[in-house]
Amino acid sequence: MKTSIQFRLNDEEVATFADSGSNLLDVLREGIGDLSVKGGCWQGTCGTCTVLVDGMPRLSCVTLAESCEGKSIETVAGLRQGAKLHPLQTAFMERFAAQCGYCTPGMLMAAKALLDREPNPTRENVVDAICGNICRCTGYEPIIAAVLDAARAAPRRS
Amino acid sequence: MLEMRKDIFADERADNLKEVGQPTQRQDMLGHVTGTSAYYDDHRFANLLHLKILRSPHAHARIRSIDDAAASRAPGVKRIIRAADVPVNLNTLLSLIQFGKDDEPSLATDVVRYKGEPILGVVATSERAAREALELVRISYDPLPAVFDVEEALKPGAVSVNPVYPKNTFEYHGKYDHQKLRFGAVEQAFAQADFVSEERYQMSPIEHAPTETNGSIAVPDTNGRFTVYTSTQALFFSLDTSAKINAMPSNQLHFIGGTVGGGFGGKVDTLTEPLAILAARLTGAPVRYRLSRHEEMQFGSPRGAERIYVKDGVMRDGRIVARQVRAYFDAGAYTRLSSYAVVKCVAHIPGPYTIPNVHADVFCVFTNRTPATAMRGFGVTALDFALECQMDKDAVAIGMDPLEFRLLNAYRDGDMKAHRREAKNCALIECAQVAAEKANWPLRDEFRKMSSKKDGGAERAGVADRTRMSTPAAPVRTGTSAPQRVTYERPAGSTSPPPIQSTPPATPPAGSTHGVRRFSSVFGTRRR
Repeated sequence: MKTSIQFRLNDEEVATFADSGSNLLDVLREGIGDLSVKGGCWQGTCGTCTVLVDGMPRLSCVTLAESCEGKSIETVAGLRQGAKLHPLQTAFMERFAAQCGYCTPGMLMAAKALLDREPNPTRENVVDAICGNICRCTGYEPIIAAVLDAARAAPRRS
Repeated sequence: MLEMRKDIFADERADNLKEVGQPTQRQDMLGHVTGTSAYYDDHRFANLLHLKILRSPHAHARIRSIDDAAASRAPGVKRIIRAADVPVNLNTLLSLIQFGKDDEPSLATDVVRYKGEPILGVVATSERAAREALELVRISYDPLPAVFDVEEALKPGAVSVNPVYPKNTFEYHGKYDHQKLRFGAVEQAFAQADFVSEERYQMSPIEHAPTETNGSIAVPDTNGRFTVYTSTQALFFSLDTSAKINAMPSNQLHFIGGTVGGGFGGKVDTLTEPLAILAARLTGAPVRYRLSRHEEMQFGSPRGAERIYVKDGVMRDGRIVARQVRAYFDAGAYTRLSSYAVVKCVAHIPGPYTIPNVHADVFCVFTNRTPATAMRGFGVTALDFALECQMDKDAVAIGMDPLEFRLLNAYRDGDMKAHRREAKNCALIECAQVAAEKANWPLRDEFRKMSSKKDGGAERAGVADRTRMSTPAAPVRTGTSAPQRVTYERPAGSTSPPPIQSTPPATPPAGSTHGVRRFSSVFGTRRR
């Protein structure tokens, strides 16, 4: 039984049909075709598939797609504005904060959720924000440094 | 963070490095931060089919019967793949370099030898349909006794794990059941050592757990070939292995990879490609075979567990005079790369230290555990852990600073290694000195002034002198009963020279070759 699902993805209205009970990860990758979202465990433990749902970080592999009806989803595919990289992306590049790159999309989205709500995070805030995202290349220190750099680089919101 | 120390061996480096030591951006970084790097699973194909594998729930069992009739009729199922469908259903990875015998089936035939071993595949229109069909397969097993301990596996009458190696040991050069290293006379040296310590080290298997699990997609091409998108770390290794198992010329396979979501050694085993290709051949459709996280943890080969016994003979003045290592590599049920790990391990013994008497026996042992494979320095890493723990214990036993103890025994240019090769390009002393400086670890003057280029060879490690002891024989003691800090007290602020009577004279003996082997190249003078 297919069901229709419609939501905003990176500020665009999108719609698809999916098997009832599908998870958001499969709907984004297979239904919509946003391959920037990666699957790592399909059981909600590694953080690789992290996307933002109405600004909150969510594990898309254990998020029911139908529960996202009408909501706003953000993935790393929508992070850059045209040719201009998001400060987080620039900082990740400069800080060598990616090795194999597979956890990077989830890491970036978890970091974006933090910076969106806390523009001046402490190191503890950053560690807390990415504590659900596993990086097996174990590049946590450069990642933390990159997020702090991005916070400093971003235009301050009062 | 990166610091170039050109002052070290400065006389040997005329070249001015342009790239080394300079930050350089990775060519794939932009793709990584924008989510556009294409991993194997980021390729899309119409009518993609999915392969899922039925795995053994037993560590060791005989398969009595398989009933897949209901599964083959399940919704969405396109094809069942059985052991008999695999063209060459016995392989070993290193057969590509003529090392070892074919010992592992792609799909088990009559016996399963570890929990998670593949038995049968289902190709279906979705992963879910394939999983549901697997639930309908009925297999009847006769459980067999299993062995999980490397030393148990070597006892007479132990369960035989792998029929290709019935004695549970890999066979080197067609006849040897383990790898040996013999240098000097350890027993004699132990008898004369001031202290003898013996310890047992046991490692655990370690799963690489890359965030991207192992997987591949095999796509029939228009010209009879197959294009294979894969997570492999070893593209040509996987291509040749797939060609062998599928009994097809390798020029019918086009492998595309290189963007790997973490590997660390866990993606060199060609776990998925051969069956994905077989499934694509049998169905004529693109087929994806992707491991679930559970499969990655259970079936994906780990770093093998190792059991290592180290026995050292140490003099009061700090010299290690003998080292004996007995180690067992747990290969699991099939060889994969463990045979090679053992070779690496033996090549690394006795560590970066000049020891005149060395004796090692290292075994590659089969047990009913998940087959082990490569992982970050496998064969060497665990051994180093054991040896460096032992070094600390030795240092404590004779009351010597652990870093100075290492500096004293470190290889120097001209020393004779246990493998009967002269030590060259030694730099442990210099590395340890810099590390000590960075860590504010106090080294006394004599140790700060030590050099890899001075005082090597000769009495220190010459083969002719290897059993000579410069101190009188002392009663052999065990590590546990040894009194600590007997002769090597280190009074605070003391600058008196350490009791190293045995270090050779500063002048190298006639015929010493260090320096001789250095040569100029277009890059300047290098140490070789």
